[in-house]
Amino acid sequence: MTAVAMTTETVGVSARLKDAAAAAVLVVLLCMPIVFLHADADMDGVLHPIPRPWPVAILAFLAFFGRLAALNFAEGRKQERVVKSTEAVGWRATIAKRLPGVGLAALFLYPLLLLLILGSGRSLKWVDSYGIQILIYVMLGWGLNIVVGLAGLLDLGYVAFYAVGAYSYALLATTFGLSFWICLPLAGVLAALWGVMLGFPVLRLRGDYLAIVTLAFGEIIRTILVNWVAFTGGGAGIASIPKITFFGLRFADTPSSFDKFFHMDYSPLHGKMFLYYVILCLALITNLVSIRLRRLPIGRAWEALREDEIACRSLGVNTTNTKLTAFALGAFFAGLAGSFFAVRQGFISPESFTFNESATILAIVVLGGMGSQIGVALAAVFLIGGFEMLRELDFLRAVMSDGTGVIVICVGVFIFGVVRQRRLAAQIALALIVALLALRVFQLLPPTLVAPFGMPGFDPAQYRGLLFGLAMVVMMVVRPRGFVSTRSPSIFLKERKAVSGDLVKEGHG
Amino acid sequence: MDNFLQQLINGLTLGSIYGLIAIGYTMVYGIIGMINFAHGDVFMLSAFIALLIFLVLSQVVGVASLPVAFVIVLIGGMVLTSVWNWTIERIAYRPLRGSFRLAPLISAIGMSTFLSNFVQVVQGPRNKPVPPMFTNFINVGGASHQIVLQYRQIVIMVVTGILLVGFWWLVQKTALGRAQRACEQDSKMASLMGIDVDRTISITFVIGASLAAVAGTLYMMYYGVVNFADGFLPGVKAFTAAVLGGIGSLPGAVLGGLTIGLIEVFWAAYFSSDYKDVAAFSILAITLIFMPSGLLGRPEIEKV
Repeated sequence: MTAVAMTTETVGVSARLKDAAAAAVLVVLLCMPIVFLHADADMDGVLHPIPRPWPVAILAFLAFFGRLAALNFAEGRKQERVVKSTEAVGWRATIAKRLPGVGLAALFLYPLLLLLILGSGRSLKWVDSYGIQILIYVMLGWGLNIVVGLAGLLDLGYVAFYAVGAYSYALLATTFGLSFWICLPLAGVLAALWGVMLGFPVLRLRGDYLAIVTLAFGEIIRTILVNWVAFTGGGAGIASIPKITFFGLRFADTPSSFDKFFHMDYSPLHGKMFLYYVILCLALITNLVSIRLRRLPIGRAWEALREDEIACRSLGVNTTNTKLTAFALGAFFAGLAGSFFAVRQGFISPESFTFNESATILAIVVLGGMGSQIGVALAAVFLIGGFEMLRELDFLRAVMSDGTGVIVICVGVFIFGVVRQRRLAAQIALALIVALLALRVFQLLPPTLVAPFGMPGFDPAQYRGLLFGLAMVVMMVVRPRGFVSTRSPSIFLKERKAVSGDLVKEGHG
Repeated sequence: MDNFLQQLINGLTLGSIYGLIAIGYTMVYGIIGMINFAHGDVFMLSAFIALLIFLVLSQVVGVASLPVAFVIVLIGGMVLTSVWNWTIERIAYRPLRGSFRLAPLISAIGMSTFLSNFVQVVQGPRNKPVPPMFTNFINVGGASHQIVLQYRQIVIMVVTGILLVGFWWLVQKTALGRAQRACEQDSKMASLMGIDVDRTISITFVIGASLAAVAGTLYMMYYGVVNFADGFLPGVKAFTAAVLGGIGSLPGAVLGGLTIGLIEVFWAAYFSSDYKDVAAFSILAITLIFMPSGLLGRPEIEKV
């Protein structure tokens, strides 16, 4: 099917229709047992297959029109390609130049602006689950970027060091009553120590062997956290971890709190805003350190190692030490982020440190364009922000329940078809709108036949993980080199020219 | 001694399942150099497909004979899972062919997330209990010793054995297998010799998926329960097995699978079942430190 879209000659309408029909048939085949039948347990727990034809029909329908739209789009692109000018390049360069400065200012002003616009009650959620959450992943992404993007070591167990940091703070604070500010560097150092301990024996392994061993270490640490109940609290985790303090002042509704000291009314937002600035500073430190290190001999050695290990060794670079420093530094920042995570949550359990987290962080690094600091930050905003955003889609439940959703989508397609002069798409959309409206207004068909166009039990939150996975695949297929696909070289002769990402060999153990 | 022999049987059973999944990993790695992270979830999906086909056969069609139903489930599962893996390869990996190394890996991780969530959405998050099958057992230890060999363990070993022989024949003796091995050695050269590399890669995914489907069916039958999250751990263990055996080596995958299965079962029996995963992964790390290319892998020759 893809081969059809790639040929240069134009594809006729009938061929496109045939292709779309093939896609629909394939989807029906894929859905055959897994979607069509639902294994429902009865009162005795015995499973019975319950047929569900409508979801299959809807998916086949979506596949048909999705494929058709994609083919039509590809066809349109082919005709437009000649007209495309080089104007866009200058425009992009301006954005790339301004983005770090503007982004930094926006990050510092973000909670204050929210406070101004939304007021203290409603901005709490935006500071907490968007601001802080995203920044934790930005920091983790930048930390892993040192290991994967700069040194080219594929680490699939990065979350282990994040867990070490989180448990270090939680245990030190609950057993010895140490404050967060003492534990923060300690957690980083402990995580780095673990990085060295784990890294030392395995770093002479190449590429994928290293990947599987790091993955194994991640799982080992998680298994230990689950099973060593006496030390880590087991699967129940550690609760009531002390909250963050501001020079000894607590963020709580007590007489000696931060709010009282500065003669303000108590608001939970103050604590969250403080946390926001703490993680912002931590993330920026990570960024600054990795940018500066790139210019030191060690950073140069990392990048050289990524490009060609044999050449490196021939030139006298100690590859084991070089890899180890990258590994330890990456672990250090993960440890800092971990202890921040613990102080923010107040509760940690092994649930938060699964392989999925490692995969998400790695996806952020790769999707951002490995080695690109701004790209990693953008990818974290898109992935984590988008993932959080899917929680907000409750309105979709109402829209989807009675078929209005399908009509809204069709109207969207119709407008798109008219504007971009896709006549076929517009016609199909219009036909569907008319048909659906007719069904609803005149009630021509019994409700059981109209029902499939609405999804009464539609719960958007259910689809979060599904869409997250799909987004990873789609983004990778569309932009395999990541959002920022050019690199600015660390060393240059006369002027700093952007290098295409394709010329950089990353992640080659 | 009784316990030892009993655990040996259990370990070989589990190891057979790991070995079947590991072949899928090692074949894909051998031919396109990609860790196919979604393979564990394809295995989980196949267990669900097998479960549904079995339910239809036993309740709707009314097949009374268990062996007949089992064979139909096995074949149906292989076919449908192959269609899935073929489609996945087409959508998620083929466009990334020739891209840099981590792109297909991330795509595969995304596909793995997608598949487990997809099954969760369409089949629900609860465990699906399966009625027990092949529940009879024989005591192989004689009157004085109690060593139980369950019928389902025999089924698993026999099915695995037959499939491995068939698979070996396919790879070693047919034109298809020759094309597959040629692509593995040098895909550019193979394409110059008139081999359709894309088609061969598709077939590799299909073969990997059908072996995973057999493993999924056996897993469902052996444990009697399937869950949407069941793909991850067996997947990682099977990948560990593939690496342990020397990734890219087919006998290595089977050997690695059996080794991991035995380690896991013996550790659980003699030490602690909580740390059986730790044992399997630690053995992997230790083996790789001393034998960096696995048990049967060819050492990589670095050319400058």
